[in-house]
Amino acid sequence: MAEEKKKRLTDIGPPHYEKFLPPIIKENYGKWKYHEIIKPGVMVHVSHSGAKLYTVRAASPRLLSIDKIRIYADLADKYCGGYLRFTSRNNVEFLLSDASKIDPLIEDLRALGHPVGGMGNSISSIVHTQGWVHCHSAATDASGLVKSVMDELIEYFTQMKLPAKLRIALACCLNMCGAVHCSDIAILGIHRRPPKVNRDKLKAMCEIPSLVSACPTAAIKPATINEKPSVEVIEERCMFCANCYTVCPAMPLNDPLNDGVSIWVGGKVSNARSEPMFSKLAIPFLPNDPPRWPEVVNAVKNLVEVWAQNARPYERMGEWINRIGWPRFFQLTGIPFQKEHIDDFKHAGLTFKRSVHLTY
Amino acid sequence: MAEKERKTPKLDELEKGAWPSFVKEIKSAAGKNPMANDLLGQLERSYEEKIGHWKHGGIVGVLGYGGGVIGRYSDLPEEFPNVSHFHTMRINQPAGWFYTSDVLRKLCDIWEKHGSGLTNMHGSTGDMIFLGTRTDELEPIFSELTKLGFDLGGSGSDVRTPSCCCGKARCEWACYDTMALTYFLTMHYQDELHRPAFPYKWKFKMSGCPNDCVASVARADMSIIGTWRDDIQIDKSAVTEYAGKGMNIQRDVVGNCPAKCMEWDGTELKIDNKACVKCMHCINAMPKALSPGNDRGACILIGSKAPIVEGALLSSVLVPFIKLEPPYTELIDLIDRIHEVWSENGKNRERVGEFIQRVGMGNFLEAIEVEPVPEMVAHPRENPYVFYEEFFEDESEEQEESEEEK
Repeated sequence: MAEEKKKRLTDIGPPHYEKFLPPIIKENYGKWKYHEIIKPGVMVHVSHSGAKLYTVRAASPRLLSIDKIRIYADLADKYCGGYLRFTSRNNVEFLLSDASKIDPLIEDLRALGHPVGGMGNSISSIVHTQGWVHCHSAATDASGLVKSVMDELIEYFTQMKLPAKLRIALACCLNMCGAVHCSDIAILGIHRRPPKVNRDKLKAMCEIPSLVSACPTAAIKPATINEKPSVEVIEERCMFCANCYTVCPAMPLNDPLNDGVSIWVGGKVSNARSEPMFSKLAIPFLPNDPPRWPEVVNAVKNLVEVWAQNARPYERMGEWINRIGWPRFFQLTGIPFQKEHIDDFKHAGLTFKRSVHLTY
Repeated sequence: MAEKERKTPKLDELEKGAWPSFVKEIKSAAGKNPMANDLLGQLERSYEEKIGHWKHGGIVGVLGYGGGVIGRYSDLPEEFPNVSHFHTMRINQPAGWFYTSDVLRKLCDIWEKHGSGLTNMHGSTGDMIFLGTRTDELEPIFSELTKLGFDLGGSGSDVRTPSCCCGKARCEWACYDTMALTYFLTMHYQDELHRPAFPYKWKFKMSGCPNDCVASVARADMSIIGTWRDDIQIDKSAVTEYAGKGMNIQRDVVGNCPAKCMEWDGTELKIDNKACVKCMHCINAMPKALSPGNDRGACILIGSKAPIVEGALLSSVLVPFIKLEPPYTELIDLIDRIHEVWSENGKNRERVGEFIQRVGMGNFLEAIEVEPVPEMVAHPRENPYVFYEEFFEDESEEQEESEEEK
């Protein structure tokens, strides 16, 4: 036993990345001169040495079986010496040094059902969370919604016909594991019913003082119920953040009658032209309508198309809206403006219009 | 071992269409693996009932670690016994998400033997995700992973797995070696990564340039974004080539410059580099003609997070410019000072960004021994309520006080 413990490896960290870099990258590390997108989903990086590296980017559902990963590995062996990588938006990329192999690889990927694209002025893969596949706090599914939206918008992935890039992200609750809050279009699962206190579980599983202090609006207060310590929820104070549920499993907010989806627009993280900005609320609530969520799909498609028709070249969603103003945005998209659009949390006043710079 | 085929009419709808189908992936695993098959059944139930069926996570892990495994249990264990435990393992990805076919196959072999056969490539923070296994499989998996040279990533209130863009491996805009720094930080903070000891999570994200391909400004407690201090490099003949090919340089490049620091007279492009804010737009638009300067480094920003609990934050400037070369001593000293102050004074589940909001950026800077500079603010304060900590007293007051003390 003691011997076994000695052998146990821990704290080794990940393998060094150099082990996985193709020779052309090792030789040209830090020496790249420029890159060009040759066609949708294919780019070339040219080194100061003259070497050329071709990247072929294909769509992925992010949730991959080991069977599919093995197929990726086979493709990498067949076309590029076994080297591949994944992107921050969960696309898979094959790294080729032989340009003649690009088209055959694209054909194989297409046959496999993984279209090539997602570069330049396109919609890249939707960054998303686990949803009903693997999460306890999901207000909607993630993978199914992403699949439904991208099936409808596929032409914008495989072609580059938009004014600028468009980044869509999806988080299945306000915890935002997908950090959707700075996306051109964010699809966000929301709860709308205050937590139902499970008194038996609460006693067994939760610490009341930390539960009470977890609520950012002081909507949870200690209470004695049937002579036992418990909590009460002041329902009108609840803003459905679900922080209580994160610290205490006895406070579930999940509820099929009230859960659904909200849509946010105009965020970005890049510094290009304008500074990074948060996404703003476009549609407060759409119903959960699996398996295809037609209301959400149509809403996203409408946003993409209205922006595409009206934005100038290079203008991201948020930059376009800043130029035309929010009243015009609501008019062009046909989205009704309502009470929920107006902020009422901290520093809400900073979001009010404080000038007469208006268009009529 | 063939698994019984389930009827999943709702999920079957999601096998159709042009985008790759996650349902096909689950079904492909479900044919051979009882866990994946029960996952398929439970997910179909969620699609019928419009609600998830996972219980709140429990504490599970491997010996000696506090992070890296997310406990997950079905709330329908009698109907779907093979997902009664369905824990996630986070596997620390190689920096930049580069792999060889060989290592991917070996990872797949481990997961075929011990888990559901389903993965995420990758999770939101950057880890490779092994999706679903039983508690008693955790140690065997860990042992095989470490033999292959892999380790678990972070979870809970620890240093989360650092991640980065591909940097100098495949990008001419990388202003510092993002992959080298990511590897260095990951190794340097192994203890903090595996053993949660902070008020809440701490994320590092390394982007090589202000395009910020890993969204570090929105998603990292410490965002390290490459930038440069000298002049944008111009290849005049390449500018002419862009113009010749019909690019509207005036409208698309000069007209979009936020600093209004560019001029184009039809033949020559001039940049007033003192006014340039390093936004990257012109370089993005004309990658063959323009590139970042040679005096490269990074800007360090602090405090971004998603909304939970006190609202979403973007990171803000902490160090306007730093050279980032091994052994990164200045950076590590800074990080350690921040960790110390935040660990001692942060409340439970308080990210460093929220901590700064609560105590005030000025006080935070004082505590971590960083001088305030104007680059840190969009503008100076508008509100006149300044918390001065000391004031002068005239002599008589001082006398009174000393008498009182007696």
